[in-house]
Amino acid sequence: MTDVFTAHHVIEYPGGYTRSVGPVIGRFLTGLRDGKILAVRLADGRVLVPPTEYDPVTSAEVSAEGDHWIEVGPRGTVQSFTWVAQPRAGKHALDKPFAFALIRPDGADTAMLHAVDCGSADAIRVGSRVAPRWRAERAGRITDIEAWVPLGDGEEPEPAPLHVPAEDEQPVTGITVPIKLEYELTAGVATSRYLKGLAEGKIIGGRAPSSDDVYAASRGTDPKSGEPTSIEVEVRDTGVITTFCVVNVPGLSDLAPEIPYVSAQILLDGANNCFFGLIRGIAVEDVHMGQRVKAKWADELKPDHTSIQWFEPSGEPDADYEMYKDYL
Amino acid sequence: MRDVAVVSYVCSTTAREAVCNETEMIVPVLHEAVEKSGIPSKEIGFVCSGSLDYLQGGPFAFVSGLDAVGAWPPVRESHVEMDAAWALYEAWVAIQTGEVDSALIYGFGKSSPGDLHEIMALQLDPYYLLPQWPSMVDMAALQACAFLDANDATEKDLAEVAARSQRNAQNNPHAVRKGNVTADDVLKQPVTHHPLRDADIFPITDGSAAIVLAAGDLARKVSRRPAWIRGIEHRIEAHSLGVRDLTHSESTRAAGVAAGVADGNVDVAELHAQFSHEELILAEALGLDASKTAINPSGGALAANAVMSAGLARIGEVAQRITNGEANRGVAHATSGPCLQQNMVVVLEGN
Repeated sequence: MTDVFTAHHVIEYPGGYTRSVGPVIGRFLTGLRDGKILAVRLADGRVLVPPTEYDPVTSAEVSAEGDHWIEVGPRGTVQSFTWVAQPRAGKHALDKPFAFALIRPDGADTAMLHAVDCGSADAIRVGSRVAPRWRAERAGRITDIEAWVPLGDGEEPEPAPLHVPAEDEQPVTGITVPIKLEYELTAGVATSRYLKGLAEGKIIGGRAPSSDDVYAASRGTDPKSGEPTSIEVEVRDTGVITTFCVVNVPGLSDLAPEIPYVSAQILLDGANNCFFGLIRGIAVEDVHMGQRVKAKWADELKPDHTSIQWFEPSGEPDADYEMYKDYL
Repeated sequence: MRDVAVVSYVCSTTAREAVCNETEMIVPVLHEAVEKSGIPSKEIGFVCSGSLDYLQGGPFAFVSGLDAVGAWPPVRESHVEMDAAWALYEAWVAIQTGEVDSALIYGFGKSSPGDLHEIMALQLDPYYLLPQWPSMVDMAALQACAFLDANDATEKDLAEVAARSQRNAQNNPHAVRKGNVTADDVLKQPVTHHPLRDADIFPITDGSAAIVLAAGDLARKVSRRPAWIRGIEHRIEAHSLGVRDLTHSESTRAAGVAAGVADGNVDVAELHAQFSHEELILAEALGLDASKTAINPSGGALAANAVMSAGLARIGEVAQRITNGEANRGVAHATSGPCLQQNMVVVLEGN
């Protein structure tokens, strides 16, 4: 069996994913900032919380303005719950075990999903009475309620700490939601073979038994037929620029050179597909289609793309257009 | 309406595919499905797939999936970011237009590289729900709690479903969780997500499934006993859990009525229940009687749940039992969205 490479992969939107919330959700979130749970009375009299821009049954529009907006809660009743024994750092608002529950605020006909901080799974049941524990600093987020807490008989909910608006404070129009996901990816058989080749200063491709076409850096199949490229074939590190692009945009990646630079499709000798590479060692304006180039290998070879730093002119005469026209 | 049948079904599942990438994983499944169909691959009129980019954290995963199909000369192709049961629906519609007579449908995904339960939070409303990061299991557990409370049911009822799945799965070579277990065995497990135990929650599964559909005479030509699609419908309900009656699945009921589930005996039903309580909710919504219908004889999604192909596999499992003569009429179900938000029902017949 081929050894396969794995990689730790993170997708993350720095600073959080920014969303416009629109006037209806915005009004609800503005209410939370003010320490109130706002709801809307729908055409048939049901009270919907949290509000949406539409009636969830009839799809009728729900307006952001009007006297159908009312305040509900702050007391509420648990409709169903589950226990989160291991909170997720960086995601959950609480750093100790808590319940997720569907909570119907008094005066509403629907429930909202939220956290309940009740200490243990035994301290909550369907029908439990709860009230919000408001954050002191509120920004117009669903998490402005840090969690709901159990409310004993005759007990009064803690009022929301007073929100003192900044002088230029506006209604809430947007939120940012940090998103970060982590993976352990497997490169697969063909890509691992190719990466291993790079660490040995070779460009490994593959071909399917039913075809003569060789794919440099094959991803495992012949894309024309779908047959596995089960036969390993080494291709040369020299080739022809079929087409190229002069990049004038800075900062496209951490590995990108200073602008302007050239990225190109290169038909490697022995391959039937194009290979992506940077072109250096020549003035940008002198790069042209049909130009012969050769890989510039790094001093330290590794099983990744840093092994080939760029391609540079080999000094051989240009290839005829006829030779590479089918690869454009 | 044109008569359309399942003429080939192949699936492959494992708890963790540690060697192949997604494209390499689906190659043998696609090739075997096409070969079994008896239709030359270049004569298949339409290709449609279902997958989820977030499973591997890269955009447009389905594009590399096409490398396994062999898209030259260019093929007529489409993709859904949903379970491939919805790709099958699209293919069925394409065949109904008369433009094509056959279609290859496949779904694939590896759930093991990331944290699937967390990833599925990304399908939720981004304003009220996602910022709180309820996991897929947290959401399901809220439905399970509501279901038990409303029906005076107990965790033992859930355990019976979980145990039967594992026993049925003993005959299923693709099951990743199986065993000769009883409800009492299940009840000995700790509750991990009140009121659910591990056995009530689908096992993390990598894998894929493929189906070939063919119309009328072509289906009769290539298959000794095609599994004809006599009804196929899907319905969706509101997203927010708080506005839904979680104890019933109205969208499944409506899809089942529209698909004609009650128009004949149901010999076999494969329900895309990823959690024990979902099977009880779905069986009730479809009016299934466990004394007359074999429910999830494969073990269902509690035995293997390769996300994005498990719904398609339910259709395949029913079709396979019809084609090999074990059943004459069956019902397949696929689901999408949190807590059975969207549901598809397919009625298949041998005659």
